[in-house]
Amino acid sequence: MARIIHTETITAAVKEMCIEANLFLSPDMTKAMQQATENESSTLGKKILLQLQENLEIAGKEQIPICQDTGMAVVFLEIGQEVSLNGPLLEDAVNEGVRQGYTEGYLRKSVVSDPLLRENTKDNTPAVIHTSIVAGDKIKITVAPKGFGSENMSRIFMLKPADGIDGVKQAVLQAIKDAGPNACPPIVVGVGIGGTFEKCALLAKHALTREIGVPSPLPHIAALEKELLASANQLGIGPGGLGGTQSALSVAVDTYPTHIAGLPVAVNICCHVNRHVTREL
Amino acid sequence: MTERNITVPFSKETASSLRSGDYVYLTGTIFVARDAAHKRMYEALQNHQPLPFDVNGQTIYYMGPSPAREGRPIGSAGPTTAGRMDRYTPSLLDLGLYGMIGKGKRTEEVKASIVKNGAVYFAAVGGAGALLSKCIKKSETIAYPDLGAEAILKLEVENFPVIVVIDSEGNDLYADVMASLS
Repeated sequence: MARIIHTETITAAVKEMCIEANLFLSPDMTKAMQQATENESSTLGKKILLQLQENLEIAGKEQIPICQDTGMAVVFLEIGQEVSLNGPLLEDAVNEGVRQGYTEGYLRKSVVSDPLLRENTKDNTPAVIHTSIVAGDKIKITVAPKGFGSENMSRIFMLKPADGIDGVKQAVLQAIKDAGPNACPPIVVGVGIGGTFEKCALLAKHALTREIGVPSPLPHIAALEKELLASANQLGIGPGGLGGTQSALSVAVDTYPTHIAGLPVAVNICCHVNRHVTREL
Repeated sequence: MTERNITVPFSKETASSLRSGDYVYLTGTIFVARDAAHKRMYEALQNHQPLPFDVNGQTIYYMGPSPAREGRPIGSAGPTTAGRMDRYTPSLLDLGLYGMIGKGKRTEEVKASIVKNGAVYFAAVGGAGALLSKCIKKSETIAYPDLGAEAILKLEVENFPVIVVIDSEGNDLYADVMASLS
């Protein structure tokens, strides 16, 4: 028996999640920012991190978005294959939630309808929607509004198999270094390794939604994450790119099987306002 | 770390006295323009049309706010990446623009133009939009309202915190940090 879910409940959830994500940082991110503030050794770096702590407080208390760039809404949908959807088309339902959330939540409308003609859609739609069919009779929705200061500093590298793990490390650190102050450090780094050109980019994006501090279940990847985070923090970029020990809060790496001829690596960089909210319906 | 309070608009003397690394609180009037507004201003100059405001002696904040709630002057209001304005910046500096507030690296061309014109580039803390909005006391749309979040605004600010990144001698705090990267 299929479980029936009305897509209007998805609209209502997405609306609330867009607003929540932009006003409140998730507990894992809040904790990571507190730790960074304690650990920063540069005076200016610490001052900046303290301002960011105060910023989070003001945002929640006064309902002012944490950052004015309230992002393009990235929505991951994991739909149980025993679910039957009723009501408006799924994509329309998600976009309606984004429209309502961004309009009623006083969030910035940052989307243009055509990348070259650049006319603002005035309601922040459309969202970027990634749907996958999974086991079960539930729908898991993750809303991750993505700011473009850091999105613009993200990179993709089509490495050769011979480049190996050293090539991967070099590519990730190069991307972090090149991003420097532009990506609003301390940053969160999502890395995708393997798959095809588009698959590794999606892995990197999804890695940004992983809870901070939770390592990859694969021991060799967990070790790589740990090493990359340490190396990133040795770069000295620091908060705001003005020098310091806290340049990255987390490096999360996801992998996928790939072709005998390739080693794709995508580095998706996110600022310290790494927003993601998940709900299950 | 030198801390200073200065009023905006500021004089050429003040601009040349600011040093890369100074922590500065700005009080007074600044203008807001980002990507689309810069493109339009640049096109106006190309077509020998007047700009919507006289940039001479003024400071431009690269920013696009979130909408204001009732009773508030502005929504979240942190800096956007300055580098996207680099293509248009030297023409504005040549018209006497003294100050820019944003975040992130500038091109060598912009840096040279800053030195030539005795200007200064400040960074505000990226991602501190809620905090920075509290330093904005008044906001008025003065041009290009059709651009929405990218319209040109005139702001009254009080103790708005910024850091001098590129000073009028061409010292660049980001470049110093990057040069010291291991």
